[in-house]
Amino acid sequence: MRAPSSRDAALGEVLLAVEDVSLSFGGVRALTGVSFDIRKGEIRAIIGPNGAGKTSMLNVINGFYQPQSGRITFKGEVRTSMRPYAAAHGGIARTFQNLALFRGMTTLDNIMAGRTLKMHRGFFWQLLRYGPALNEEVEHRKRVEEIIDFLEIAAIRKIPVGRLPYGLQKRVELGRALAMEPDLLLLDEPMAGMNLEEKEDMSRFIIDVNQQYGTTIALIEHDIGVVMDLSDRVVVLDYGQKIADATPDEVKSDKNVIRAYLGEPHGTSV
Amino acid sequence: MDLLYKIFIDPFVQMGTAPDLLVQTLWDGLVSGVLYSLIALGFVLIFKASGVFNFAQGIMVVFAALTLVGLHQHGVPAFLALGLTVVVMFLLALGVERLILRPLVNQSDIILFMATFGLTYLLIGLGQLVFGGDPKVMIAEELYLPRGAIEFKGLGGFVSLQKIDIAAAIIASIMVAVLAVFFQRTRIGRALRAVADSHQAALSVGISLEQIWVIVWFTAGVVALTTGIMWGARSEVSFSLQIIALKALPVLILGGFTSIPGAIIGGLIIGIGEKLGEFYWGPLLGGGIESWLAYVIALGFLVVRPQGLFGEKIIERI
Amino acid sequence: MLYREVGQYKTNYAADMAVFPILQDRIGIAVILLVAFVVIPLIGHDFLLNTVLIPFLIFSLAAIGLNLLTGYAGLLSLGTGAFMGVGAYACLKLTTIFPHVNIVIWILASGLFSAAVGALFGLPSLRIKGFYLAVATLAAQFFLEWCFIRVPWLFNYSVSGAIEVPLRKLAGVPITGPTATSLTRYLVVLSIVVMMTWFASNLVHGRIGRMWMSVRDMDLAAELVGIRLLRTKLLAFAVSSFYCGVAGAMMVFLWYGGAEADVFAIDQSFLVLFMVIIGGLGTLIGSFFGAALIYILPIALRAIPQAFGLPIRPAAAEQLTFVIVGVLIIVFLILEPNGLARLWQIGKQKLRVWPFPY
Repeated sequence: MRAPSSRDAALGEVLLAVEDVSLSFGGVRALTGVSFDIRKGEIRAIIGPNGAGKTSMLNVINGFYQPQSGRITFKGEVRTSMRPYAAAHGGIARTFQNLALFRGMTTLDNIMAGRTLKMHRGFFWQLLRYGPALNEEVEHRKRVEEIIDFLEIAAIRKIPVGRLPYGLQKRVELGRALAMEPDLLLLDEPMAGMNLEEKEDMSRFIIDVNQQYGTTIALIEHDIGVVMDLSDRVVVLDYGQKIADATPDEVKSDKNVIRAYLGEPHGTSV
Repeated sequence: MDLLYKIFIDPFVQMGTAPDLLVQTLWDGLVSGVLYSLIALGFVLIFKASGVFNFAQGIMVVFAALTLVGLHQHGVPAFLALGLTVVVMFLLALGVERLILRPLVNQSDIILFMATFGLTYLLIGLGQLVFGGDPKVMIAEELYLPRGAIEFKGLGGFVSLQKIDIAAAIIASIMVAVLAVFFQRTRIGRALRAVADSHQAALSVGISLEQIWVIVWFTAGVVALTTGIMWGARSEVSFSLQIIALKALPVLILGGFTSIPGAIIGGLIIGIGEKLGEFYWGPLLGGGIESWLAYVIALGFLVVRPQGLFGEKIIERI
Repeated sequence: MLYREVGQYKTNYAADMAVFPILQDRIGIAVILLVAFVVIPLIGHDFLLNTVLIPFLIFSLAAIGLNLLTGYAGLLSLGTGAFMGVGAYACLKLTTIFPHVNIVIWILASGLFSAAVGALFGLPSLRIKGFYLAVATLAAQFFLEWCFIRVPWLFNYSVSGAIEVPLRKLAGVPITGPTATSLTRYLVVLSIVVMMTWFASNLVHGRIGRMWMSVRDMDLAAELVGIRLLRTKLLAFAVSSFYCGVAGAMMVFLWYGGAEADVFAIDQSFLVLFMVIIGGLGTLIGSFFGAALIYILPIALRAIPQAFGLPIRPAAAEQLTFVIVGVLIIVFLILEPNGLARLWQIGKQKLRVWPFPY
């Protein structure tokens, strides 16, 4: 467990920076020259209308897509693109808009899968199981149980995730990401499809993760209320370009942002 | 050094010095390519419209041919037997749709694929039980299919083209043309393409999935019957055809699983490639490389271009 | 009633994660092992051992191998027959070149050769998935089949082209070759299968099993969690082929006593695949169920009509087997895609609450 980071001493050095990143698929330009940074310990929101390229941005940070141009600096190391394994190994974890759980496994196994990077007992110990491999399993099981308690999903730990309701599946996915003990946690619409109570629960978890574990969080979210309450700084994307990068209050009153979301008012020029 | 010569130079020298053999080999390759294409065509039809990889296509060819010959052996005149076999293939399509596709409608691809495995074994056993397991002679004459060969001297030697093979190529081309028109121009063809794209969307515009599936499996059955007649006419009708039908898989890989022109061109490439490989490079390895050459060619393609020559590029989103 | 876990509290994680957490299961396993190792040798006769139990065990091992690859790791393979063959031929060459080393060691070592070949043909799995990967395994199957026939060194230049199994002993008792009794062969096969099943069970219940299942369920997410795809898939191919190779070696050396190349043809690949599908993909016990059903079915089909006095031609029995297997596969996939293993689980669940309905 890391030492809790205080909000006042807050914005630490830059943990991740993307510079001038451009990404296209065939003819579609998903991102054009986007640059912003994420500071250690902060909660950074990425918002924008549908199709703005937010998920693509996370995918680039994650290593799932390789951008055509631009640079990614993570923990001081500069790269032109990330690879999924390098991202995971370096301490980046994420959740997905459309859920990417391992449906054939139980909640417990899904979260244990998040510990894979930290489990090292080799093939021959695995063949024997009893002995070092089992000890390692138990040790990591303890950590996973801490996460299960934290997320209040103890009752469903042995249930195959395919059978869980949507809100709980999202929580399990968060658990799997947390199991990786990431430095940077990327959350893609963690509140999508949730009712008010579920949103409050999820918000509480996100704040707790940030404060108790000291994890830096980048968060895509459509609910402006959540964004305002939770985040330290906000990046706004529209049609693959950055149109604002400031604190929530500043962004709320930014003309470009309002125009992107609401469009031009009729008959008046802005 | 000597080995390099044997692999890279000698075969081409042989090709140049005996052009009649080259043409013969190319022709033989074309012929088997046509037959692979026809089997692959059946696969593509079914895959396009129902997303099912029909492993049973090969046995459907054998089964259709067996039914035809079997009926004739019991005294049914040739063309009536042909008509009855078409009816049998229709009933088969109905049965498959009702008993296999409908109960499994929402299952994953691999489950449907395995169901066609089951269908294969079912048809093998049934075919053997009803018609007997020994090879049979196709009723080529009764169907007015040409016999004999056209031979011409030239190119320094002697090339022989079986008339039945020419007929097969022509019939295959006609069938492909008809199918292409059917898919592109008719209402049902459009419905088939819609179903291939998205089952749910097709349902929501009122297309009956079940009807489409019966039509598609029936069409594949007719293609299988034609293939069976052609193949049976040039050799014999036996269950070993079933394994040869597996060769359609490399064809599909080359041509893409959803492309009709791909199936044709892929079939020709595999057929010709196989025969050339066996004839000119086979002796280096002791012969018999036809049994695996097609798969290795396909494997090479897969590694380099996973969607085949004509298939759609697979973009995965997460 | 009988299957209740009441009173069986787990007080530590290790106990909770045990392979057989329920006491009744542990007793069941102990009974099965007792019957297998003690009772059967006492009462078994040649037919039971030779025609039923030994092949059942061997096919179960091959089915476990394929299940690890296709059921747990999600990589469809149609090359099982060929990988079994690699094991058999490797064993033959090893024991020909080093005849004084114990044959059991060579049977196990031959798995390593299969593993290497399997990993080699599994390399394309980095770029291709699903049915396409099945074609790669078909390439392996047909190429290796060709090798078995065309490379005479493999079958010791024997004129018939078949493997001839030499006499080998263990602690003075013949275990391969014509003089080995079915009982000795049964015990050797049983020991190997039990040990390797135990290893497989350990693997799938631990980190490696989870990695395989993650790759099977969603390989993109598995990668993002930090699982190295190529290594995981290659490991699956290697381990699976190891099991198939040992099964192949045992098939030739401890059952048939000799073999021709067509034993390892593509029909064998399909046969094992059916065992795995019907038994239950992604379960170890399903491998045993599937092997039992698919292997014993033709025997039963021949024996039952005879028992009733109705003669049935052997050819017709075989054809009927095809039909029944085909129908069984379809029916199973409709009713219970998870195979016999799932039905077994449901049965245990019913036992738990019996005599109540739920």
